[in-house]
Amino acid sequence: MARHESPDGGEWLDQEAGPLVRLYGVTRGRTHGAPTGLDLLSVVVTESRPPTDARLGPEHLAILRLCRRPRAVVEISADLDLPIGVLHVLLADLDADQLITIRLPNQAALHPNAPLLEELLHGLHNL
Amino acid sequence: MAFTTSDPVGSEPDPIPLKILIAGGFGSGKTTMVGSISEVRPLKTEEQLSSLSVGVDSVSGVEAKRTTTVAMDFGRIAITPRLTLYLFGTPGQERFWFMWDELSRGALGAVVLADTRRLPDSFAAVDYFERRSMPFVLAVNCFDGAPRYLAEEVADALALPPAVPVVLCDARNRESTKYVLTTLVGQVLARLENAGQRPQ
Repeated sequence: MARHESPDGGEWLDQEAGPLVRLYGVTRGRTHGAPTGLDLLSVVVTESRPPTDARLGPEHLAILRLCRRPRAVVEISADLDLPIGVLHVLLADLDADQLITIRLPNQAALHPNAPLLEELLHGLHNL
Repeated sequence: MAFTTSDPVGSEPDPIPLKILIAGGFGSGKTTMVGSISEVRPLKTEEQLSSLSVGVDSVSGVEAKRTTTVAMDFGRIAITPRLTLYLFGTPGQERFWFMWDELSRGALGAVVLADTRRLPDSFAAVDYFERRSMPFVLAVNCFDGAPRYLAEEVADALALPPAVPVVLCDARNRESTKYVLTTLVGQVLARLENAGQRPQ
């Protein structure tokens, strides 16, 4: 990304930076599509490469690249600097095209038993 | 949307994601505490984007531009290959509390950070976790130059139930943060064991 300083010290982005798009532009104005039950810690995995004619934006492609290894929704959001609400819409698109799988968080986290908590305690001590 | 289970056939199950919230008033040291033990990354949510989605075509009007970005701090610690700990610094301002409900779902417990110069700022968080019976510890962040009190004095001032541990800490210090977190996990464990011993 090309960056230049403007005379008042602010940052200018030229055309090489690509289009500057508002968030509702990224989702093409859609606010629907947040998959019900999608947890912040749900896990996303890329299942297949996008077809070349796919109507996917750069953010969709970035998600597909990132999730070749399983990633939690929060991590995708932080890594790609996409607000959670925007990410929900994009994930719904990719899911509809069957390009990703979304898994519920490992349910053992909901009712942690004593051995799990002891493992956590031990791990924290050893950090 | 189709969900699969977290235990797909033929591959490793996903790590178990445990979640701890770091709450407290504005400026109580939440970001500092998360940062003392893990890399901190901001996690953003667009407040209006989701609330507008009910029956409103947000692209047609100026409403779409009235979005507020709420940022919270998020840290991730790989405890073991099968166990990941996520820390979430909850947004401090009360007007963003709608986020707390989502964050607290499935959370192991919470740390409520308190600044002795502004103790009443932690009332709201204490109240929130008490109402939901979520285990929490009160961590008094010992800021330089702030008046020092005994843990018991702070517990009295906040009218904490005796079961809530109060610890003095320095949110900048990794060992201190580890102590706060292990105190919380110890508290959760004790609660679990007590529940197990209770006659059915």
